[in-house]
Amino acid sequence: MLNKTGIPTKEMVSSKFPSEETLVKPKAILECYEAIPCNPCATSCPFDAIVIEDGLTAIPQLLTDKCTGCGQCVTACPGLAITVCQIVNKKALFKIPYEFLPYPQKGEIWHGLNRGGGIICEAEIKNVIANKSKTALVTVIIDQEYLHDFVTIMRK
Amino acid sequence: MITKDVIIIGGGPAGLCAAKMLSDQDVSVLLVDRDHHLGGQLVKQTHKFFGSEKQYAKNRGFEIADILIKDIINKPNIEVLLGATVAGLYKDHVMTVVKDEKYYKYKAKAFIIATGASEKSLAFENNDLPGIYGAGAIQTLMNAYGIVPEEEVLMVGSGNIGLIVSYQLLQAGVKVKGIVEAAPYVGGYKVHASKLKRLGVPFYMQHTVKRAIGSDHLEAVEIVRLTDDFQEVDSDTKIIETKALCIAVGLSPLSQLLGMMEVDMKYVKELGGLVPVLNNLNQTSNPNLFACGDVGGIEEASSAMMEGYIAGLGVLKHLERPHPKHDELLHMYHHELELLRNSAYGEKTLAGLKKLRGGPYAE
Repeated sequence: MLNKTGIPTKEMVSSKFPSEETLVKPKAILECYEAIPCNPCATSCPFDAIVIEDGLTAIPQLLTDKCTGCGQCVTACPGLAITVCQIVNKKALFKIPYEFLPYPQKGEIWHGLNRGGGIICEAEIKNVIANKSKTALVTVIIDQEYLHDFVTIMRK
Repeated sequence: MITKDVIIIGGGPAGLCAAKMLSDQDVSVLLVDRDHHLGGQLVKQTHKFFGSEKQYAKNRGFEIADILIKDIINKPNIEVLLGATVAGLYKDHVMTVVKDEKYYKYKAKAFIIATGASEKSLAFENNDLPGIYGAGAIQTLMNAYGIVPEEEVLMVGSGNIGLIVSYQLLQAGVKVKGIVEAAPYVGGYKVHASKLKRLGVPFYMQHTVKRAIGSDHLEAVEIVRLTDDFQEVDSDTKIIETKALCIAVGLSPLSQLLGMMEVDMKYVKELGGLVPVLNNLNQTSNPNLFACGDVGGIEEASSAMMEGYIAGLGVLKHLERPHPKHDELLHMYHHELELLRNSAYGEKTLAGLKKLRGGPYAE
């Protein structure tokens, strides 16, 4: 399905999420499904929490215990395939990469989109960190029920 | 006639890395490019690159160009000649160059050909209407000159170039009407496809362009469904209104200069066309002639850089002024190439290299 449509299956997505108990603390979600020669996620992690077995091409694995959810890998990933997720009071807090101008502003309500580009929920912008890599790190909050569906935001 | 030890033709990632390997060595170098700036296609790439630190991964293409240019510019042994088109290469080691409508002759002991590749096109009715672009032209307008080509674009080709340029168009505020792909699967990296899909860009898989519609400018494109063996299904067509069509259907090695020198070449489909036979120093059948980057087979900038370093090492050895760390560096860059090619995408390159050299490519 990913091959034909660019959309991973629900099972593929779910396999990248730790349990809801684990997500009480923020954790990186490495949505990398294809073995390609690329390792900035692993080399950018200050806590050695991302392992690429052969050093370059294998699919990265998260050492969940070591991950602090800092978000370094989110803006380092050239494929924009990493988010950080945390569950707080029935809400899901996501740190996502964002590369369109103008950037969102704290407090705005944007559309939450799924992996097919469909509008699924409201996303409140909690924080925006501009970055010298020019990929902004945007923190948004959405309802927990969209945990495995939400992937990015679009201006209303 | 101006004489140099080494002339590098092409200032993209391969040529720049070849120059970098020769900088601070006891050889005089001329680096020629027909463009008015160095960097080749890197300067138009606004996305972050894959690879590892050895290929400056996670930097954007234009930033990698800046890094490589800084490494070679103002080196006393490297002269850079820009806006200069190489017109011919001759067996007596003479190169002719056209610059500012004047014709110059240079001579060198060895040449490194790093001319890259040119875009393939697509044949269909009305394919010369204004509004129909190659992906390189769209990138030049948008990323080199800051000009939005049109307010909407339909992309043909889901290889990495088609996917990346589509994303760049979205970043420039252009509506991407869809991506037309003849194969049943996405050609490029899936992460690039996912980036577009999540922003609602439609993919028309197993479709091709039947004709362009419009009188003095493109107004719409008729696409037709393809069967698994790429036959058009005439009863299944769609009209998509669009002011621009971008063609990103692959690249061909620019190997004409090597042809002039009559080096051994082969047509290898997996490598993109007619390519020179190279040894593990990226040396052609003419010992004074080296080649690196896309001219030797279509790959990515990351591999082109590694090949550039190898060609630089090769030239130094050939001129009997080997790099002090020749063996160590050669091994390292071949190892890097092996790593870069160790994926589903690299399999095609490896199959091509096997056909080309008739055995394991690093022998």
